[in-house]
Amino acid sequence: MTAQADIVLSIEHVAVHFGGLIAIFDLNFEVREGEIVGLIGPNGAGKTTAFNVITGFLKPTSGHVRYRATSLSGLKPHEIAKLGLVRTFQRTSVFQNNSVFQNVLIGLHDRGRSTLWDTLLALPRESRSEQELVHDAHEILRLVGLEQRTSELAGTLPYGEQRLLGIALALAAKPSMLLLDEPVSGMNASETARCMKLVERIRGSGVTILLVEHDMPMVMKVSDRVVVLNYGRIIAEGPPAAIQNDPEVIRAYLGQGKKRA
Amino acid sequence: MKRLLPLFWLLVIATVPLWLRDQYFLHVTITTAIFIIAAMSLNLLLGYTGQLSLGHVAFFGIGAYASALTTLGFNVELPGGFAIVHTPWPAVAGFVIGVIVAGLSGYAIGKLSFKVRGAYFVIVTISFAEVTRLVALNWVELTQGPLALTNIPPYTLWIPGIGEYEFWNKTAYYYLVAVVGLLAYVIIKRLVNSRIGRAMIALKENESLASSVGIDVTRYLVLAAVVSAAMAGAAGSLYAHYVKIIDPDIFLFIYTVTMVIMVITGGKGTLAGPIVGGVIFGFMPVIVRSFAAPAVQWILYGALMIVIVFVLPRGIVPAIERWAANWRRSRGASDAVVLAGPKVREE
Repeated sequence: MTAQADIVLSIEHVAVHFGGLIAIFDLNFEVREGEIVGLIGPNGAGKTTAFNVITGFLKPTSGHVRYRATSLSGLKPHEIAKLGLVRTFQRTSVFQNNSVFQNVLIGLHDRGRSTLWDTLLALPRESRSEQELVHDAHEILRLVGLEQRTSELAGTLPYGEQRLLGIALALAAKPSMLLLDEPVSGMNASETARCMKLVERIRGSGVTILLVEHDMPMVMKVSDRVVVLNYGRIIAEGPPAAIQNDPEVIRAYLGQGKKRA
Repeated sequence: MKRLLPLFWLLVIATVPLWLRDQYFLHVTITTAIFIIAAMSLNLLLGYTGQLSLGHVAFFGIGAYASALTTLGFNVELPGGFAIVHTPWPAVAGFVIGVIVAGLSGYAIGKLSFKVRGAYFVIVTISFAEVTRLVALNWVELTQGPLALTNIPPYTLWIPGIGEYEFWNKTAYYYLVAVVGLLAYVIIKRLVNSRIGRAMIALKENESLASSVGIDVTRYLVLAAVVSAAMAGAAGSLYAHYVKIIDPDIFLFIYTVTMVIMVITGGKGTLAGPIVGGVIFGFMPVIVRSFAAPAVQWILYGALMIVIVFVLPRGIVPAIERWAANWRRSRGASDAVVLAGPKVREE
């Protein structure tokens, strides 16, 4: 099924150098429509750097990224988000001092249709637009399962629920492709299971997903395809079952063992 | 109750000249109200987008000078034999020009802040205020320099039923300032309770996260700067046509500091904060003056400010809101269940 689908995201010869340090050497991979792709690798392999390049937070030293035939070179993060390519963050993934509901409303920003004048003159379009946003916000919170938490401050939520709110925030921006940066880190087993269901459901609604995650059982279970990164290059790529038995991958995670001697 | 409170305050504002018979106190009320407008405009930047403009008085002064010069007229010779001659316009046109010119300088500063944030933004705004002061001081041909612009005429408005009306007495001027102040309040309230305000709050809280959901951070920073500067310009114009004389001292740093104190003590990021802080620090010098020696006055002024910031670091208004919420909760009222949805648009 995935073989026939169109390529939505392509990363072409992307390299990132921080001074003398090479964070990403030469990155090439593609994500197809409707796929869930897991991007894994040991700490410092360049996964988050890759995310930052794709979403415009970091300019690559060379190479470029294409999303649905649009080159993302030179685009600012908010412009990329408007194309439907939306990310979550590993840390500080929510607006801590705002209520859960406000968080989602902020995320819904681009769906608002009122202009500055509608707002200043309190024209009917303003209240209509706001009502729609409030409705959408409730819907999104129901989807991620936070509808009981609407009036709580985001910063006071348990960590796992903050992660869910981070996803809700991204969903509010109406993504056609979602980049999740360690969505289940800090979650317990039941929360992780809940989050995996959510990821499946998001994909079910037609959103392509690229996922960075350290929780291997989660990645292996949820991904259609896994890309393994180590020291800024791809060392393996393929379906989860093949990746789990790939000697190169095992070596990257566990070290070389006896062979070294 | 919720509906009655705004009406109550409107009534208080509308009746001030009726129970405040002392002309001097009315004068203090007017200047305080003008400063409150400036503080409200500063609050839009500081409280909602999180950018501290320590040169905010520049917009106030630019509004004052632009308005006064439009009304007085000027004749400036440029190098190369050119000359700009401006014949006097009505004071109301001066107000509009003052707002526009201040708004434009806000646009320039906002665009600059695209590159610089935080401490650097503070430095840019301080420098901007200092440069405007030096221009006002040294471009004698235009501004009269230290000799000041004098005899600034009052506003004249055509009011239905009365005809041409000149705002020269204090009571009339009070109402004029009150109307402008209410307008400024309504504009800020509408802005911050809309998706525009949410975008501003988002960029204050976490810029990367805001842009990751498609919010054009720069656009909203510039918008806030323009609205804020234009409003400060309006306050400046009101000031110029009230005191009828302005000199380069209007750009002094202390005025910015006064505005910042009003916002911080009242509660930045709240609608009522600058008003509460403004009333306290606008009237306090006058009240203290009645019983304390000049040196003691400033000590008391400073002490009060420190006490407020120390005891209520987030400001007076947020503290009152918190007490009110606790009080309501302790009464165990059934209305304790607050639905988050409708709450967004009230406040």
